Amino acid sequence: MENTVQLEEQFNAKLDKGEFIEPKDWMPEKYRKTLIRQISQHAHSEIIGMQPEGNWITRAPSLRRKAVLLAKVQDEAGHGLYLYSAAETMGISRDELLDQLHTGKAKYSSIFNYQTLTWADMGAVGWLVDGAAIINQVMLQRTSYGPYSRAMVRICKEESFHQRQGYEIMCALAAGTPEQKAMAQDALNRWWWPTLMMFGPKDSESKNSTDSIRWKIKRETNDELRQKFIDRTVAQAEHLGLVIPDPELKWNEERGHYDSGEINWEEFWNVVEGRGPCNHIRLKVRVAAHENGAWVREAANAYAAKKAKREAGSLVA
Amino acid sequence: MSTTDNQWPLWEVFVQAKTGTPHKHCGSVHAPDKEMALQNARDLYTRRSEGTSIWVVPATAITASSPEDIGPFFEPSNDKPYRHPTFYVTPEGIKYL
Ligand SMILES: [Fe+2]
Ligand SMILES: [Fe+2]
Repeated sequence: MENTVQLEEQFNAKLDKGEFIEPKDWMPEKYRKTLIRQISQHAHSEIIGMQPEGNWITRAPSLRRKAVLLAKVQDEAGHGLYLYSAAETMGISRDELLDQLHTGKAKYSSIFNYQTLTWADMGAVGWLVDGAAIINQVMLQRTSYGPYSRAMVRICKEESFHQRQGYEIMCALAAGTPEQKAMAQDALNRWWWPTLMMFGPKDSESKNSTDSIRWKIKRETNDELRQKFIDRTVAQAEHLGLVIPDPELKWNEERGHYDSGEINWEEFWNVVEGRGPCNHIRLKVRVAAHENGAWVREAANAYAAKKAKREAGSLVA
Repeated sequence: MSTTDNQWPLWEVFVQAKTGTPHKHCGSVHAPDKEMALQNARDLYTRRSEGTSIWVVPATAITASSPEDIGPFFEPSNDKPYRHPTFYVTPEGIKYL
């Protein structure tokens, strides 16, 4: 028993010195559990996040836009794989992780339960959703768990093109015909609030936040990150000549930040609890993709087994 | 584990960014055999020409030191400061040493 106390002291001392925790290091069970949950949720979000944009690949308005969107969606698949690998270093298997996603036991970011109705949504998702994700991910580059931190460094390098390509789409639409500009405004109207919800519940209501900050898994709180996103995005919307759908949005000289209206928390909890516009279909598509890929995995297994046998045979001969 | 098990063995991936530099660990992939491990690693870790060479190593083939033994394990080098050039006094004005 006293051994655990000692180990926990050493663990905390390491964190205080700003050192990273590596897979074989001793760690409190709750640190492990929290991280497995967070990293796997993050991985699932990248994988489910391929769907709302994948939806538009065949209908992209030009070959350039199509190639770009395809590359972006491929990146998101890669992000999911980096993160599954990081989660696996904590002793959970890939099978268990996928199972948790497919049975609905694990959560993923609620933002992907919204529909992408028009091409302008590809602009708004890249600009706002990837923009919000980047703010969170830049912070996570300094998270205390080594493999998670290293995955985030890779991901951040790849993310900046995601946000730029989205903003470029918005620029093109905003400078286009009145109908195109209206389409861009409509996308902003629909994505603004769900994007703000990506940062999670208010600090006063976030039950996981204190441990995460203490263990340096997170370095900034939900509200701080959300504020940072708003402060950065307002000027970008102004440049587009688009209006952020929040009548209470106003610069506060004293705070040096924008004040903003209240998020519809009822909608937030509804989507988190599975009653969003696309929760059902996202999971259905994901499970179908996995099941339809079973024959490929089986064929790869059979081929690997056949080759292993042949190699073993030639060794004997 | 069923026959549709998709876990596959784990391979650690090392990428050399350019010739003349060491291969650096960058993550891992699952794959049924070494050729597919190499292809998966290429698709996953070099989408932006980040590499000139890739190694994949079965994760089970790696033997690692354990953090609990870190003290005694690395101890032998602690009392040998004379392995560092700063240990030595050189006369003033003498160059190229
Ligand atoms: Fe991503
Ligand atoms: Fe992204």
